[in-house]
Amino acid sequence: MIEELLLSTLRLSTPLVFAALGGLFSERSGVIQIGLEGMMLVGALAAASATTFTGSPWTGVLAGASVGMIWALIYAFFVLKIKADQIISATALNLLAFGLCPFFTKIVFDSTGATPSIPFEQRLGSEFMWMAFALVIITSLLLRYTRFGLWIQFAGESPSALQSAGVSVGLVRSISLACTGALAGLGGASLSISLASSYAPNMTAGRGFMALAALIFGAWRPLPTFAACLLFAFVDAAQIRLQGSATFIPVQVVQILPYLVTIVALVGFFGHQRVPKGLGKHV
Amino acid sequence: MKNKIGPLPRPIIFLNTVLLVAFSLPAFAFKVGLVLDKGGKDDKSFNSAAYQGALKAQKELGIELKYVEATDNNLLENMHRSFAKKDFDLIIGVGFAQADAVKKVAAQDLSEKFAIVDGEINAPNVKSLMFEEHEGSFVVGVLAAMASKTGSVGFIGGMDIPLIRRFEMGYRAGVLHQNPKAKIVTNYIGITGEAWNNPAKAKELALSQFNQGADVIFVAAGASGSGVFDATEEKKKLAIGVDSNQNWMKPGFILTSMLKRVDVAVYDTIKAAKEGKFTGGVERFGLKSTGIDYALDEHNQKLITPEMKKRAEEIKSQIITGKIKVPDFYKTKK
Repeated sequence: MIEELLLSTLRLSTPLVFAALGGLFSERSGVIQIGLEGMMLVGALAAASATTFTGSPWTGVLAGASVGMIWALIYAFFVLKIKADQIISATALNLLAFGLCPFFTKIVFDSTGATPSIPFEQRLGSEFMWMAFALVIITSLLLRYTRFGLWIQFAGESPSALQSAGVSVGLVRSISLACTGALAGLGGASLSISLASSYAPNMTAGRGFMALAALIFGAWRPLPTFAACLLFAFVDAAQIRLQGSATFIPVQVVQILPYLVTIVALVGFFGHQRVPKGLGKHV
Repeated sequence: MKNKIGPLPRPIIFLNTVLLVAFSLPAFAFKVGLVLDKGGKDDKSFNSAAYQGALKAQKELGIELKYVEATDNNLLENMHRSFAKKDFDLIIGVGFAQADAVKKVAAQDLSEKFAIVDGEINAPNVKSLMFEEHEGSFVVGVLAAMASKTGSVGFIGGMDIPLIRRFEMGYRAGVLHQNPKAKIVTNYIGITGEAWNNPAKAKELALSQFNQGADVIFVAAGASGSGVFDATEEKKKLAIGVDSNQNWMKPGFILTSMLKRVDVAVYDTIKAAKEGKFTGGVERFGLKSTGIDYALDEHNQKLITPEMKKRAEEIKSQIITGKIKVPDFYKTKK
């Protein structure tokens, strides 16, 4: 029972971890990121389509990451080059993703909903989980010990200082956003070719925003963010089990648990957090 | 520059007129507007069934079919109204969520004919197509209890709404009718429309139910159902599909499907309307009219033993004759 609960937690956390890490790259470099949901969605669709066409989930992984990255670079173009409002551009791109995905499936698969089902042998199992864990470590090391990691942090904390040191803030932020897109795309891919067996309309079901909450709850740091993802996933997994056993509690009450925890976490801890100082500021 | 785009040459205008006339000819055909629910036409379940019925009507009766999908419940009213404005001959709303929209638009335009699946509306120009889901759920419940080796079965619902509770209640009664000691685990995916499109969550629920000892799961969750089938395949257990015949989706792992012949109801309604025999009011489809049934085909014939088939037929006739009273959530909870 406990073992199963933990496994379930790990599975449910996987897409969140990817997306939250993605958000981390963006926000630590100073770009507000509420567009994770859209990137996950296009990533999920790209991964499922590529796997369907080639029969290999690894091309799906690649496709998910690349399409997520392209999506993020479109966002980068708007907010870094044209200096559009970050919240509004991201919202627009999210809405565009919701609309574009069915459009794409309609043209390619003549289906307004799901892509064809991917056979069991062509789906990935725990690979995504290990990838996510590895990426948490890598991100943590990258931020702390590499020159590029420091650049990212400076782009977020004090972009003008970075600028006067002769480093292009725009370039650092663009690369960070590319990482964001790739990671969020992978998160989407983990949904469509591992946790489920096809792309389904809006299958991210708000996970991009949960990931953002985890990022904030985790104080924009990799390991605490990872822990926050695990906590949210644990509550979700526990919720699933509670629902089956405790019949006296209405389903609705049990199902709001993950969101309740999110709100409590954000309200309870937000005051003490150090928001990246340059977040949302244009250079 | 602007001058270059002058008035169109006469031959082109003529051609356009000809084309316009040619293309507007089908406008004289009987026009049917289909408003699908959130699951979309390819949910391989409820909406797919409705779409198939309309498609059959398009092929066989030569009607003109237009369908739209509601990605957001707030759009429903607009979709119905826009079909009504374009003078479609029959507008069909699919799903309980459309009841309010249909009621409102139908009351404003009495000359327009409407049909709604899963919603009960009393208006002269609305035909309500209702299904006795609890009857079919009872039958598959009996089958689930017979197929279960552990004496424990599961139910996974999509959105937690009275309609799905109706499935659950009938299923539960069926399982207990066959095996009074059976244990039944139930889960709902969510409390919003998202629940119809969340296969990852559905799979997690199914794995949790298998872990609790269940070995047959009845899933009534639209497009999320595929997640349950994935889990079933991985754990080598059994699932029961819903609405459409879903046996083909994972042959060998889907015990049967509780058929809700939305396709037949939609087709018949279109046919009647086209022949000028449209009547308002409520039509109920149950085991008796085979609007509700369980699926038996080449994909699951190995799973359904002759004994099970015999028992299912027996139960069916007992429900039809009224010997078995299946509890109905709509009646017990109102």
